[in-house]
Amino acid sequence: MNHFPLLSFTIFVPLLGALALALLPNLSEKGLKQVGLYLSLSTLLFVVLLLRQFDPTQSGYAITEKYAWIPSLKVNFSLGLDGISLLLIGLTALISPLCILTLPKTNTNSRLYILLFLILQSAALGVFLTLDFIPWFLFWELSLVPSYFLIKLWGGSNAAKAAYQFVIYTMGGSAFMLLAFAGIYFKTGTFNFVELTELAKSGGLTLSLASLGHTWTVIVFLGVFIGLAVKVPLYPFHTWLPLAYSEAPTGASIFMTAVMSKMGVYGFIRILWPLFPTLLHRASGFLVWLALAGVVLGAFAAIRQTDIKRMLGYSSINHLSYCLLALFSISSITPESAMGYAPITAAFAGLLLQLFNHGLSAAALFYCVGFIESQLSTRSITEIGGIRKVAPRLAGFSGVALFCSLGLPGLSGFIGEFLIFKGVWGIHPIISTIACLGLFATAYFLLTFWQNVFHGATTENVKSTLKDFTASDVLTLAPITLLMVLLGIFPSILIQLFNPLIQHWASSLVLP
Amino acid sequence: MNALPCTIYLSFTGALLALLIGKRSALGARIVALATALLGLEITLSAAFSYIPNPHGLTTLVNTPWISQLGIHYYLAVDGISLTLLILTGLATTAGILFSWNIEERVGEFFALYLVLIGGVYGVFMSADVFLFFVFYEIAIVPKYFLVAIWGSKNKEYGAMKLVLYSFVGSSLVLAGLIWTYAASGASSFGLPDLIQASSHLTHIQHIEIFGLIFFGFATLAGLFPLHTWAPTGHVAAPTAASMLLAGVVMKLGAYGCLRVALPLFPQAIDFWQPIIACLAVLGIIYAGLIALIQEDFKYVIGYSSVSHMGFVILGLISCNLKSLSGAVLQMFSHGIIAGLLFAVVGRMVYERTHTRNLNELKTMGLGKRLPFVACVFVIAGLASMGMPAFSGFPAELTILIGTWKVSAVWATAAAVGILISAAFTLRAIQLAFFSDAKSVTSANTHAFAPITLPEKLGSILLIGTTLIIGLKPDLLFNLINPALQSPYFENIIKGVTS
Repeated sequence: MNHFPLLSFTIFVPLLGALALALLPNLSEKGLKQVGLYLSLSTLLFVVLLLRQFDPTQSGYAITEKYAWIPSLKVNFSLGLDGISLLLIGLTALISPLCILTLPKTNTNSRLYILLFLILQSAALGVFLTLDFIPWFLFWELSLVPSYFLIKLWGGSNAAKAAYQFVIYTMGGSAFMLLAFAGIYFKTGTFNFVELTELAKSGGLTLSLASLGHTWTVIVFLGVFIGLAVKVPLYPFHTWLPLAYSEAPTGASIFMTAVMSKMGVYGFIRILWPLFPTLLHRASGFLVWLALAGVVLGAFAAIRQTDIKRMLGYSSINHLSYCLLALFSISSITPESAMGYAPITAAFAGLLLQLFNHGLSAAALFYCVGFIESQLSTRSITEIGGIRKVAPRLAGFSGVALFCSLGLPGLSGFIGEFLIFKGVWGIHPIISTIACLGLFATAYFLLTFWQNVFHGATTENVKSTLKDFTASDVLTLAPITLLMVLLGIFPSILIQLFNPLIQHWASSLVLP
Repeated sequence: MNALPCTIYLSFTGALLALLIGKRSALGARIVALATALLGLEITLSAAFSYIPNPHGLTTLVNTPWISQLGIHYYLAVDGISLTLLILTGLATTAGILFSWNIEERVGEFFALYLVLIGGVYGVFMSADVFLFFVFYEIAIVPKYFLVAIWGSKNKEYGAMKLVLYSFVGSSLVLAGLIWTYAASGASSFGLPDLIQASSHLTHIQHIEIFGLIFFGFATLAGLFPLHTWAPTGHVAAPTAASMLLAGVVMKLGAYGCLRVALPLFPQAIDFWQPIIACLAVLGIIYAGLIALIQEDFKYVIGYSSVSHMGFVILGLISCNLKSLSGAVLQMFSHGIIAGLLFAVVGRMVYERTHTRNLNELKTMGLGKRLPFVACVFVIAGLASMGMPAFSGFPAELTILIGTWKVSAVWATAAAVGILISAAFTLRAIQLAFFSDAKSVTSANTHAFAPITLPEKLGSILLIGTTLIIGLKPDLLFNLINPALQSPYFENIIKGVTS
């Protein structure tokens, strides 16, 4: 325990800032945006401070905090930071200010818009840092409220349905997760992830749950699984996503794809896998196929879209399914297969890199597409063309993000996907081969998109109404675009953060 | 602590004063009512803060013979559970008066009846003699009728009649059960500790039979499916303050009766009744939730949501273990606050301005923009009602879920489905009433509404503050509830069921 509660500050500064913002007297539009931006940027400062304290050679939680919260239920507000959480709060710190900068020019209630994003930021940080189910679930659910209102109040014409569907799907997942954890608590008397992980390692958790009977153990597992799978989303729990992503305002789409989907994957890594290694292992043989379906079908569905935001939505499913493919491949390994750690560490490292890189590239793509939509008032791929000539800066930034997303060597997307394929190839050659199909399809739809929208004949509306990125847009996107290039060349900057962790994890994998 | 019985006398005195002053000045009656409510709240809160849990169970406040030939005593006693519900009563009363500040018609009589009802409720939560319990219980039922029949809205006579008939049928079942117990067990008095001892001499069959009578009698008032039908009708017909009290506090009388009287007296009956009652509770949670999902009338949505949430209370009670019971008591408290807030928004803040409760009409009014404060309050109340973490409903439903797992995973699962349904209907109501699409807002509805008054703001802040404080720090109440449940008073029922 360190003296200054850095982790708590990281989580609560945006939230308290949001409260202060709600009570502040009338600020000018510009003032509001500035205050919001500073509050949001505070996380970046904390991440830098945390990085200085962080010792990457350690594999456990480098920084922890713990406060008693509800003693009668033995609930603590316990926080912990390791390489994986650091990676994801870093991503949150980069993406959140970007979302606030997407504030529409003709906004009627900027205060609420900024406030909701600050709450969303705190919720995400809380999910990545808490180690006890109750506070974790609090932040997990808290993230729904601002997203609902952002979609509902600033979304497109079909926003009401999108927002409702999004919340009900996610709440459905959460209700079952709550049920599952009530059962786990009833059997073990603790909500703490670390204690539960220890219990799972020693086999105690399986034993205590076994007294519920096999069916109910499986239902507890499924409860947690569904809660997480809806959030990522894993095929076939993805049906809420295309509508929600396409109707949401640009900022919300960015946050949902770049950060919120990572909350689900993070939950798989932090909760489901350590707590239910045996059950996950048994299910993995099937789950890899679901993840594969996400990769392939996501990409093919994206090909068929004419709405550019829906296309990016499906592309998100496709990219996140790579992460899950890696995860389920690792968890499906049996001791008899007697393979080295190399594929495991490769797949795991690829998974984490892909999480980060997808965050960057998807955020940039949604920013560009949102920019186009706000100017042309259309999202139809057939009505837009030849942007490159009219708006070269816009096209340039879109191009970098697009090729990063596609996995072009030299940009950050490449190394993540490469490692995932390398790892999965070592474990499931056949699945890896089929997943390549998805890779081609991804390349195909992204290139088609690139060709139609940015090249070709300049359409009338583009010629007459589209303006190029202004200096402020360039400044907004420059940091993450530079990162895409930088991390493409030096991926070790990120890998060193979690390398000891995954080495340790791979060597101590609870193999059934 | 010893001032607690004063809350009863104070309410009755306040009622009389309000009646007298109300003839001359409406404002006077309001102030008298508010002062009475605040004093009551102050007494309960200071009692709760200074309360030291009694390891033997109830702490006696007053115990003097009343009708000594029948062994009836004026016996008031409290433990942490009663204190929790007394605080709820204090809070709900205060908020109810704030939200009925604008009543113009027969003000004195309104507040007089209101305070008599409150006096009865305080009495029930403190009685440790079942006869006295019953007397206070009846005192609370009568004013309800007049409150609904005189100041109610649409269908008020029907609603009032249905409400009171159900209550009377329920209470006569309870009375029959109590007399049977007294006669058959040969108890020396109607005091609860005596009866608990004496009832252990009853046969197993008698336990089952009498428990059935008394539990279902009380459960009628708690809105147990399928005896709940009075609740939505009555709540909808009642004036705002009365619906807040009916849903917030009076339904708790039934649940409290189950916990204080039915369960400890007949622990041997629990094994027999548990599957049946739990099944009904779960059906109630889901059925009422589904009905709420299709209502057109805003107030009916809230009325049915009350039935659904009370299903959780019954499920927690009948699961009979420390976790589920503490969750059930917390849920009583939490639902009292949240339902009060929801009814205040719908009945007072929205209806008094729009004069409609039809969701399809409200949809055309764009209330989210025109009444931002109300929208904000309803969103918070709705989130609390959905069981969002950080609000009081969450720890309550969570502990009930944990406790229910102990008995049957099937019910726990069904209850989780209930949580999802409650999210769905609350969200639907929020969306329709406050955040409809701009295109469906008709231009005819642009006249300005009366501004939100100060009492409305104070009432909202009081209730929202409470649900947040308890949600973030549930131990404030768990520390009152748990020692009471671990006392010898409840040891029979908690031991009575083994998982």
